[in-house]
Amino acid sequence: MKTTYREALREALREALTADERVFLMGEDVGRYGGAFGVSLGLVEEFGPERVRDTPLSESAFTGIGIGSALAGLRPVVEIMTVNFSLLALDQILNNAATLRHMSGGQFSVPLVIRMTTGAGRQLAAQHSHSLEGWYAHIPGIRVLAPATLADARRMLGGALADPDPVVIFEHGSLYNLSGELDEDGAAPGIGAAAVRRPGHDVTLVTYGGSLPKTLAAADVLAADGISAEVVDLRSLRPLDDATVMASVARTHRAVIVDEGWRTGSLAAEVSARITEQAFYDLDASVRRVCSAEVPIPYARALEEAALPQPASIAAAAGEVVGRHG
Amino acid sequence: MGEFRMPALGADMAEGTLTEWLVSPGDRVTKGDPVAVIETAKSAIEVECFESGTVARLLAEPGTVLPVGAALAIIEPAAAPRTTADATPPTAAASRAETPEAARPPLEAPLPTGTAGVRTAEPPAVARGAVRGETGPLVRRLAAERGVDLTAVRGSGRGGRVTRADVEHAAGKGAAVMATRSTRANVPRVRATPYARRLAAELSLDLAVLTGTGENGAVTAADVREHLRGRVPGDGRRSGAQATEPAATRRDKHDLRDKAAGSSPEQALGPATTTTVRAAAGATARADRATAMRRAIAELMSRSKREIPHYYLSSTFDLGAAADWLRAHNHDRPVGERLVPAALLLKATALAVHEVPRLNGFWREDGFVPGDGVHLGIAVSLRDGGLLTPVIHDADALPPAALMARLKDVVRRARTGRLRGTDVSGATLTVSNLGEHGAESVYGVIHPPQVALVGFGTVVERPWAVDGLIGVRPVVTATLSADHRASDGATGARFLTTVGRLLRHPEKL
Repeated sequence: MKTTYREALREALREALTADERVFLMGEDVGRYGGAFGVSLGLVEEFGPERVRDTPLSESAFTGIGIGSALAGLRPVVEIMTVNFSLLALDQILNNAATLRHMSGGQFSVPLVIRMTTGAGRQLAAQHSHSLEGWYAHIPGIRVLAPATLADARRMLGGALADPDPVVIFEHGSLYNLSGELDEDGAAPGIGAAAVRRPGHDVTLVTYGGSLPKTLAAADVLAADGISAEVVDLRSLRPLDDATVMASVARTHRAVIVDEGWRTGSLAAEVSARITEQAFYDLDASVRRVCSAEVPIPYARALEEAALPQPASIAAAAGEVVGRHG
Repeated sequence: MGEFRMPALGADMAEGTLTEWLVSPGDRVTKGDPVAVIETAKSAIEVECFESGTVARLLAEPGTVLPVGAALAIIEPAAAPRTTADATPPTAAASRAETPEAARPPLEAPLPTGTAGVRTAEPPAVARGAVRGETGPLVRRLAAERGVDLTAVRGSGRGGRVTRADVEHAAGKGAAVMATRSTRANVPRVRATPYARRLAAELSLDLAVLTGTGENGAVTAADVREHLRGRVPGDGRRSGAQATEPAATRRDKHDLRDKAAGSSPEQALGPATTTTVRAAAGATARADRATAMRRAIAELMSRSKREIPHYYLSSTFDLGAAADWLRAHNHDRPVGERLVPAALLLKATALAVHEVPRLNGFWREDGFVPGDGVHLGIAVSLRDGGLLTPVIHDADALPPAALMARLKDVVRRARTGRLRGTDVSGATLTVSNLGEHGAESVYGVIHPPQVALVGFGTVVERPWAVDGLIGVRPVVTATLSADHRASDGATGARFLTTVGRLLRHPEKL
């Protein structure tokens, strides 16, 4: 079936709303406007304003309501327009959602799903373009997912709703228009595992979310140069699937991490440290990182492109790591 | 003053070739430190010294063939029983200055009856007594934490009691010595990637002989592979790879190979030179070694069959319980920690010896001499032919997991040519396990002067009578080849029965 990332997300929401009466969607403009990125278009007509709820411009308030209703037995899906705005709700996410199970000695859990957009590449300027997945991946008590393919957009939500603890799902803004074939009856992929998106034997490119298509493009460029790159899609940013990454590094002996977050203190830094801790004696070159320039993401197209990881910069880093040996 | 002599690394060794010194004059050595690489007919082996002290003089040049017992080096004892074994001054230069006898010709060195002897005549005894009787638990714990040997610490407390301060002091000096050792080596550290380092270690390759082409000249895995391609004998690519080397390097290697062959014995000693000799000589030596090893095996086995009246027994055991136990044991373990049946077979053999000690030991001068422990020789077939029998010492005391680890370790080192002297000497009973090659039973030839050899075949499924019914069970055939001079068939039969009984209770192994 030909579909898009946006439609796959919508189909996942439709399926969840149909399957379980406790599920409801809420957020700014998710109802009558159909969502800031058109994900929930048409759902309010189908399920009514009680289950597809427009909220005021107050991230802290509606995320808090999500936590409260999850505690009360519902299965809320909260949409936050971008990760930048989610910081207004960070107190709720970090101090309440992520901690309540622990602070109640396991008596309460918060089965809440928060979806938010992340990332740059669409000329929306700094306040709508940052990639702060690493900040959320830092928090114990929540699960952080980053669907990067149509299949993950279609099926990760089910696994997230089944999780008794809070799950944050990052949808990269540049992926919404991604289109392709989606297997209608495909099995639901596990939400904890990383995936090898392209096998190879010279270098492992570790990435996630919006950087996956760029990394796959870089692998094509490398293949033309005779370098075989393996592409690992993390999919789950917390917990990280170390086993898949280390198994890949054990095959290729080299690693480049592609992360649209800023380099300093990034998720890429975490992955790099884990590779050094767990696969040091498999490494045949130092681990490299391709991250965003450490500036607020610029508005001007050329500057924005220059600030982000691109297929050319990814391929260049991989080429350096592989050296002349091919 | 002690002489470091050519050791007998196995009953079949009459002479050995000194291929490399691992120490230089002036180096301090501790009992058990590897000091030289000796090439026997079978393998290159790192040989440890038997005493602690300072290397005064090297008496033999690398490349020399010497009979067992020939003196190779003079090792000055560690300034007699100085109170603190670690009381080395913090620099190598100072060390030499304080022990001038090391620099003098060894025969003129003063006997240890001078002032040094007086200084150290009785305090150690006092200190030792104090340790046993009067050292408090806190001090003992501190010593354990800091890795300080209390018997070597001179106590400054009342009645020679060792105090916290003494331990701190000794620990501090120990650290200084360690620092000295690492800097004294004075060999520049080779830049290499961790993976290349690991590969080189696995292949027994010296990183110093490689040319790095990676980041900042680091040696990479590709450089290791390239080097290997260049040195495999009989490989057509060998000459091609050599041609790409700089001319100077190529000439050096030729010179060194000539020297290694003995035409120029007065070559300089030094780490760089000797390691290159080892690498360059390695390729040619390898082909020779295959022939030499065959000859050594021929000699030893002929002697065994000529001198030892063998008798043979065999018994087939049901391994059902052992297989179930192994399956349960391995179920949740990562591949690296799993046990294979061989671990249980070895452990059962080692324990059975306790009940039948007559098979564990040596036949010497018309009499049986029991072994001083159960040290199992493991027959390891090498990939390119030949046989080595490294030893697992005190196999009876090792839990199966530890036994498995030791087994993997010695087999790997036997196959990569990294055995040490202690790995090849002292076996009291040899086990030959041809299970992996598919043979159902092996009637082995005893390794003189041992008196028995235990063989295990492959584990196969067979119809088997259990409680009056026929079932399919995993079984293994165990054989015993024993020296009829040392034991009789009844003894051997009791041994095999014991092995079988032990294997029925794998949880107790």
